[in-house]
Amino acid sequence: MGDCHECAGSCAPASAGTAATHKLVAIIGPPNAGKSTLFNRLTGLRQKVANFPGVTVEHHTGKADLPGGHDVELVDLPGVYSLHARSEDERVSHDVLHGKMPGLKRPDGVILILDATNLSRHLPLAASVLSLRIPTLVVLNMADDMRQRGGAVDTGALADELGAPVVLASASTGEGVEEVARFLTGGIGVPKPVELPVLQDVPACRQWAREVSREAGYTHPAPPVWTRRLDAVFLHAVWGPLSFVLVVGAVFQTIFTGARPLMDGVEWAVAAAGGLMRAVLPEGVLRSLLVDGVWSGVGAVLVFMPQILLLFLFITVLEDSGYLARAALIADRTMARVGLQGKSFIPLLSAYACAVPAIMATRTIENKRDRIATILIAPFMTCSARLPVYTLIIAAFIPDRQFIGPFVHTRAAALMGLYVLGFAAAVLTAKVLKSSILKSERTPFVLEMPPYRVPSWRTVGLRLYDRALAFLKRAGTVILGVSVVLWALASIPLVDGKAPPIEQSLAGTLGRAIEPLIAPLGFNWKIGIGLVTSLAAREVIVGTLGTIYGMEPDKDSAGLQAALQKDLTFAGAVALLVFFAFAMQCMSTLAVVRRETGGWKWPAVQFAYMGALAWLCALAAYRVFS
Amino acid sequence: MQLSFKNGARANGPASLADLGENEEGTLERIDLPADFAHRLMELGFVPGHAITVAHSAPGGDPRVFRVDGSEIALRRETARHILLRKQ
Ligand SMILES: Nc1nc2c(ncn2[C@@H]2O[C@H](COP(=O)(O)OP(=O)(O)OP(=O)(O)O)[C@@H](O)[C@H]2O)c(=O)[nH]1
Ligand SMILES: [Mg+2]
Repeated sequence: MGDCHECAGSCAPASAGTAATHKLVAIIGPPNAGKSTLFNRLTGLRQKVANFPGVTVEHHTGKADLPGGHDVELVDLPGVYSLHARSEDERVSHDVLHGKMPGLKRPDGVILILDATNLSRHLPLAASVLSLRIPTLVVLNMADDMRQRGGAVDTGALADELGAPVVLASASTGEGVEEVARFLTGGIGVPKPVELPVLQDVPACRQWAREVSREAGYTHPAPPVWTRRLDAVFLHAVWGPLSFVLVVGAVFQTIFTGARPLMDGVEWAVAAAGGLMRAVLPEGVLRSLLVDGVWSGVGAVLVFMPQILLLFLFITVLEDSGYLARAALIADRTMARVGLQGKSFIPLLSAYACAVPAIMATRTIENKRDRIATILIAPFMTCSARLPVYTLIIAAFIPDRQFIGPFVHTRAAALMGLYVLGFAAAVLTAKVLKSSILKSERTPFVLEMPPYRVPSWRTVGLRLYDRALAFLKRAGTVILGVSVVLWALASIPLVDGKAPPIEQSLAGTLGRAIEPLIAPLGFNWKIGIGLVTSLAAREVIVGTLGTIYGMEPDKDSAGLQAALQKDLTFAGAVALLVFFAFAMQCMSTLAVVRRETGGWKWPAVQFAYMGALAWLCALAAYRVFS
Repeated sequence: MQLSFKNGARANGPASLADLGENEEGTLERIDLPADFAHRLMELGFVPGHAITVAHSAPGGDPRVFRVDGSEIALRRETARHILLRKQ
């Protein structure tokens, strides 16, 4: 179930570097210089790329696509400002470079990526990397941006100064990528090494960098004009927050109305396929399993794919444009008030996609206690797996009316309210944690603001493709598996050689066994079965309800929504929404929390706390609304 | 927005980064913070002798973005207060 990661199937595990013939080349450089973009180009993989520092927090390996059967393994690393590691992610780069990463040999070569638009600042890193004496290619990335802003550099002269080959490249347009490939196949001669200053003291290092860039004829590009203009709006005291609210409102409205035609299309196709299977297959156990069990479950979830992809489209555009770093800046005030730093906001924002990569992203937080607090609150943020549950219930119980002007309707507003509810729970929990068990000195907040960039279609496309695969994979594994098990439980014990009415089946008995626990929240045994199966992953409840209703004899062709309306009151629906907003129903998240915190203590605390909060708040909601 | 950055030190010129207003510039003298963190700031361009300009700030005035050595770095006021400027 690790496929909730941003990188389904694309994160090759770190394979042991054993064969003597195969070369290992590490990609290193300052944060946000374009390392992952180049890695993706060279390997054809889909590592996450976004326009803010600290995107990559783990090492990822992949085989380079090279002509002539050269066997070169590349490793993409977290960004570092120097070889002096302070946080978990920086330690990864440090360890890989020094051959201390278990399962990975010491690199045979290094691709050092520097940002060509800010060379003098990044050259000190070159001095320390080159003095490791590993064959190194210096890639000056973002050449397109540099030229556009009137910068220039003489790569030949710089190569002489550094004693290493230098290429000017643009990982996002593909310029210079062949040269990098030539380096990997050994086709680039390495100039005579020069003595580089091994300077501990930063001012001296800077002085050296300034001299080297002067010798290399480096013209610093003009400041990014558009970034300043946009910041004047997005960080404005009034326009800033206002544009934020407008953008978010538009996103939610589009998730509801924009995705509708596509969802209707998928729904129609799912129903048609089900009908076809029913017509083709002979009546019997197999047909019941495939049509009523598997297809009703998997199909019910598939319908939500357009919506999830749309959400990801927005998230990716916000991340790749550079707006996310501004959002972190705006949120820093709030974060400071609850005792966290603005840096915690970036993992929290990525938790809107999925909590698993968000918890990984906390590696950039240097303070241990801040990091644990951020890990504990991340699952409160509304992840994309909650979206199918929310939209299903909202669409079934909330009438579609105009709410704020003609653009934001009641349903979109309800969805937005649930996102706010999750965020509020996260922030309040942080406040409690940071003023009790996880109290610590205030850690300083330092965040480099990337320039705004037009999101690259390639990046957005790869991300959506990756998401779609992850979604399908999950439907084909977890949801399919749960549907089969549920179908089996709902088919026994046999009565006169036929499946029993579902209330009397094993599944029904189990559901009724937990009914006393959830009846106070307004849920019946069918919802109860859904709550149990959704412990695996939240959206499983949608598939489960699909299967349960699929197996009922008096099937309602109006579908899941209509069936739900018969089983839940309005108050019960609100309680169910609240329950899903707070409960920790995700195995992958628990597993990653265990891994990142090094034990079962924190995941156990988190599971118990979130479960108790969910139950109590759902109870309160049910009482208030009935 | 200047108000939220008031410090009382304005009489004899800005004493720290926190005393600068938007678009004002100062030259860094020294960083009065724990060595490890000061080192990180220096890697980001906050090097003694360098010019630093105040750019935008978040709505509410804190944190602020500082332009240094060709990049933009956001710091909270509580940090900026410890980055001391050269007297004019
Ligand atoms: N204009 C331009 N943008 C680029 C180029 N290469 C990468 N980018 C953009 O720069 C941003 C950062 O790219 P990444 O590949 O995520 O950078 P990274 O070095 O892996 O960053 P971290 O993992 O955070 O250290 C993304 O928005 C890319 O689309 C380039 O050559 N030109
Ligand atoms: Mg990266």
